[in-house]
Amino acid sequence: MDWNFIIFSVVKIAVAIGVLHAIAAYAVLAERKISAWIQDRVGPNRVAPPFMKYIPVLGPVLTRWGIFQPLADGLKFMLKEDFTPAGVHKAYFWIAPAVAIIPSMIVIAVIPFGSVMGHQQMVIANLNVGILYTFGIVSLGVYGIVLAGYAANSKYPFLGGIRSSAQMISYEISMGMSVIPVFLIAGALNLSSVIAWQAQHGWLVIYAPLSFIIFLIAGFAETNRLPFDLPEAETELVGGYHTEYSSMKFALFFLAEYSNMIAATGMMTTLFFGGWTLPFWGLDQPAHSIGIAIVQILIFLAKMCALMTVFIWVRWMFPRFRYDQLMDLGWRRFVPLAVVNILVTAIVLWAIS
Amino acid sequence: MANTFPDILFYVFAVLTLGCGALVIANPFSRNPVTSAMFLVLTIISMAGLFVLLHAFFLAAVQILVYAGAVIVLFLFVIMLLDLKAETMRRIKIYGFIAGIVSVGAILAIFMKSLGATPLNSDSAPAVEGNTEPLGKLLFTHYVVPFEVVSVLLLVAMVGVILLSKKNLD
Repeated sequence: MDWNFIIFSVVKIAVAIGVLHAIAAYAVLAERKISAWIQDRVGPNRVAPPFMKYIPVLGPVLTRWGIFQPLADGLKFMLKEDFTPAGVHKAYFWIAPAVAIIPSMIVIAVIPFGSVMGHQQMVIANLNVGILYTFGIVSLGVYGIVLAGYAANSKYPFLGGIRSSAQMISYEISMGMSVIPVFLIAGALNLSSVIAWQAQHGWLVIYAPLSFIIFLIAGFAETNRLPFDLPEAETELVGGYHTEYSSMKFALFFLAEYSNMIAATGMMTTLFFGGWTLPFWGLDQPAHSIGIAIVQILIFLAKMCALMTVFIWVRWMFPRFRYDQLMDLGWRRFVPLAVVNILVTAIVLWAIS
Repeated sequence: MANTFPDILFYVFAVLTLGCGALVIANPFSRNPVTSAMFLVLTIISMAGLFVLLHAFFLAAVQILVYAGAVIVLFLFVIMLLDLKAETMRRIKIYGFIAGIVSVGAILAIFMKSLGATPLNSDSAPAVEGNTEPLGKLLFTHYVVPFEVVSVLLLVAMVGVILLSKKNLD
């Protein structure tokens, strides 16, 4: 236990969480802008600090892109009245938002977001059981939603919580089984080893496309995004599990959803798209200089943002599933498909070797 | 410093495990079933912490994944669906009392026997380091029969549930 390790770990954790929240805030903006384009609207285009209009060209352009909207949103969340309705289970009502956001933040610990910088590996915890840690923590995320639904002591949040618990357990199974072929091919559970394998042989999405499709769709379900946003279906349940929440407590649920999305896309980037590597210009080797290390982190972030765009795009293109269709898809389509995928991959690998 | 830090963590996790475990069954502040379930989650997470200190990373991850992430979510699901109110004080039945004493005694006997069989203060390296590879090899070679028997047990339970829940099988 040396001080070097502690200091660098703290710095990495602070930077990772800071970047996570910045991306989450701007993902909300991206969500609003992309939804606006899809629906032929303009989206947020006028929030700006007062001095912006004096800056020629750049000021109006940034304002029109809505760059300052997340700042205004954040300020609004913090300044609004934090209202606790009568009749809620007080303790759970307070704990639930924290329980929702903590797993979504610590899940990024095992994702390698870069190669090396100096002597530091660009991953917070290089675990041998990396993927199992991820699934374990992700499976804890359901408690935030279930407790929120229970604590509100009213019907719509309750239904949202019940739906969510059943949905997340169901899709965790297909999600967990979908990635087994990836590890069969790569031959290691350690995420850095998976990236090293991809640097040598090419992206795993080519070798295991079915795994990627199942993982992507299960990812929509795990993050409660539309086609599968049954826990917070506005038209049926008002706001679902967070109906009774206001102000910063609501913002925590909101942040948790986007952090989960970021973690899911980070996981996909690592497992299927080669993580921080690019197959040319020698970018698939661990970096020798600070500059290349930063470029590799940017590559990782760029891949992640591309996948986030897919998440957002899907949300505004497809209607919501009915609950029985959701369960049918999870249990009767994806689970058998994932099992067949594992068997076929194992047989092919055995035949090759 | 090198040795004391894990030791401190051991006591923290041990106290958490025992304390939360006690609060699951006898909580003086609340008789709400949801509270019990949540303390069970905390118990399991602190037990996972103990596994980590023993370098059994795989066991720790699976403990959280299976028990905290799935089994107790199902508990909560059932508690919420049945809408259980706070439990009222019940008179303890004599059969329940005897069954409890017998099962606790049996577990205690097994515990004492295994504790007596292991020499204390021996710095025994774990047979399987927390990696998944040696664990998988052990499970599928040396312990393959018990492993398969357990999976058959799960299958039997599943078939039983389907038989019970579907009144008229066609």
